[in-house]
Amino acid sequence: MAEILDLSVYVKRQNDGTAHLDLAVEGIDCAACIDDIEGGLQHLPRLVDARLNYTNHRLAVKWQGDLEPAAIVDELRRLGYRAHPFQARLIEEEETRRAQWLLKCLAIAGFASMNIMLLAVSVWSGNATDISSETRDFFHWLSALIALPTVAYAGQPFFRSAIGALKLRRTNMDVPITIGILLALVMSVVETVSHAEHTYFDSVVMLLFFLLCGRYLDQAMRRRTRAVAGNLASLKAEVAHRLDDGGEPTLVPTAALKPGDRVLVRPGERIAVDGIVVSGASDIDESLVTGETARRAAVAGDTLYAGSLNYNGTLTLQVTAAGKGTLLDEVERLLENAAAAKSRYVQLADRVARAYAPVVHIATALTALIWIATGSSVHNAVITAVAVLIITCPCALALAVPVVQVVASGALFRSNVFLNAGDALERLARVDTLVFDKTGTLTLPEMRVANASAIRPELLEMAARLALSSHHPLAAAAAHEAKNRQPYDGAVEETGQGVRASVDGTEIRLGSPAFCGALELSQAVAARDPEASLIAFAHGDERAVLLIRQALRPDAVRTVRALQARGLDCRILSGDRPEAVAPIAATLGIPVWRAAATPADKIAALEEFKAQGRKVLMVGDGLNDAPALASADISMSPITAADLTQAQADAVFIGDRLEPILDAVAIARRAHSLMRQNLMLALVYNLIAVPLAFLGYVTPLVAALAMSGSSTLVILNALRARGRADAAEPAATRLDPAPTAPALQGT
Amino acid sequence: MNILIYLVPMALLLGLSGLAAFLWSLKSGQYDDVQGAALRVLMDDDIRR
Repeated sequence: MAEILDLSVYVKRQNDGTAHLDLAVEGIDCAACIDDIEGGLQHLPRLVDARLNYTNHRLAVKWQGDLEPAAIVDELRRLGYRAHPFQARLIEEEETRRAQWLLKCLAIAGFASMNIMLLAVSVWSGNATDISSETRDFFHWLSALIALPTVAYAGQPFFRSAIGALKLRRTNMDVPITIGILLALVMSVVETVSHAEHTYFDSVVMLLFFLLCGRYLDQAMRRRTRAVAGNLASLKAEVAHRLDDGGEPTLVPTAALKPGDRVLVRPGERIAVDGIVVSGASDIDESLVTGETARRAAVAGDTLYAGSLNYNGTLTLQVTAAGKGTLLDEVERLLENAAAAKSRYVQLADRVARAYAPVVHIATALTALIWIATGSSVHNAVITAVAVLIITCPCALALAVPVVQVVASGALFRSNVFLNAGDALERLARVDTLVFDKTGTLTLPEMRVANASAIRPELLEMAARLALSSHHPLAAAAAHEAKNRQPYDGAVEETGQGVRASVDGTEIRLGSPAFCGALELSQAVAARDPEASLIAFAHGDERAVLLIRQALRPDAVRTVRALQARGLDCRILSGDRPEAVAPIAATLGIPVWRAAATPADKIAALEEFKAQGRKVLMVGDGLNDAPALASADISMSPITAADLTQAQADAVFIGDRLEPILDAVAIARRAHSLMRQNLMLALVYNLIAVPLAFLGYVTPLVAALAMSGSSTLVILNALRARGRADAAEPAATRLDPAPTAPALQGT
Repeated sequence: MNILIYLVPMALLLGLSGLAAFLWSLKSGQYDDVQGAALRVLMDDDIRR
């Protein structure tokens, strides 16, 4: 790329004359990358600092004076990393601040619980031996001194959430937590004042500590998915040639475009914005937008959508909508409706919480009443009731789900699946029907040479290397086969015809059959596979015809079989023509498929499945899939999907393979069963502990043991969600060149 | 047992200083890139440059 990309919109200038740029970097997979990148950038002039954050794959660059930001991106490309400017979104900064706050609360609660436990253990052992009541009071007062400010600070996450819920006249898990904490604290202070033997300061603070652990893990999980989503968005940030007033094109990120700007779209480029054709004419491939693989002619006055591929002519577009969310009104309307439907899903933990709070409060009230009714003092009754409240405080319950989520999302991460939504795991586990889109989902997003095995390897390599010099999209497919990525010197592209170069004195040509003198051969080949596109290649007297078409993902057949073996009903719902869908469905062994479906058709079909009581996982990548993705119970997209589609997907998977889908379902099912086991454990714990507390046997010592014991059990159980998915895909198999499925070779 | 009057506050003070150290490390961004920190410790860039 000789052109300079204008990245100035992303650069933040500081008052001290330094400039700052954040980049999301692709391809970081080992420790050496840190040194590679930071060291490699050191020799750039005027660079002050470059620091890579290995956890979220972001690079912060700081420089003095004027350094062309594109030079940094170029330097990184030379080092072998793709980098894209990154704009931290407001919501992500908010999450980071919240995570820091939670960690602060956690640290304070941890400090307090350790110190109060130190004092409490002394009191317990002293109570068994010969502690003087002055020493005990001193220890209790010290405990109160530590516990009161701790609860006031570290309890805020729960207090705020509880108040928020009560204002909306609802209850959540934080309401019983808040009531429990405050009551136990007040009671402990009263007991301290009256020189009692037992106080519950240690229980209160330990409870707070465990609850904050769960809360922090939950937050960490959500933050990680946010960060991944943010990186994905910027890795996909597209560029466009903007025409200034003088008609000079500058390469800018689409984020810098405004409606009314004019952009130039060259042959072979993907259109990055919605726009109206001002001048020029070309064929447009809208497969990413509509799923339709046949090309459409575009002339002045036509409206084109972002994601379309421009084939052979140069177009000038007037931007109608720029940046994110560029789409037809209809699709957006459908999206809104579908998204509203999905938000009705209630998470497992919330459902438990909803049932839990009233039970706890009724049990507490009953305890107090029964103790008073059986003739004990109000003081004793209240103490027992508070013990019930403490023992039922859901600390194992609060850990049950988040720990599993964090562990499982780590396992998914290793299987190349990124979650976009926090509750996706639960929904994924319940899936029984899979609906695939065809173009770009079951098939690879780019075209591939379908008959590569039928061509002499040296000839194919030469054709592929020559194809590197062409801008034509079909040539890009041929270029994919090249092992030597160095273009031939002196290759000349003849627009609309092909490319030619001379190698060792022999002329080689790649392009239309007429250009290469291979008309007869191409007719013979085309007769066997009328759906594919052709490029001819000539080397001296030798001729070859390359069949270019969309190929199935390399492991599509195997993965679909495996999914079916797991009892999942696989279906295809495509926007493409029936003739294109039928052979793929046959190859994959998918009996139920539907072609030529509009976005509205897809939603209708999904609604029909849902009405039959199915839980549907929709896998799709086109803009036409976005509404369907939003209306399905759960959705996944390949990383190559259109922006808007990806934003709707609950999970995104990377790589050429479909296997991540299989892994994701397996991990999610495992995680879900572990979550239920954990909730069960918490329930069993309560069934044992509550009667004990009710009968007045729960001293602070018992409460401490029960709470830490049940929490540890739940955490250990959650660690089993790591699973065997990380061993399933050795790196070596991923590097295999993608073979095409046999049935699609067109032979 | 009067010694407790000194010992317990001293223990608390030590604990507090640990907490303060943690809060300081949190504030100075030492937890922003935990995976990176684990790898950076193995680098020998101070020798080369």
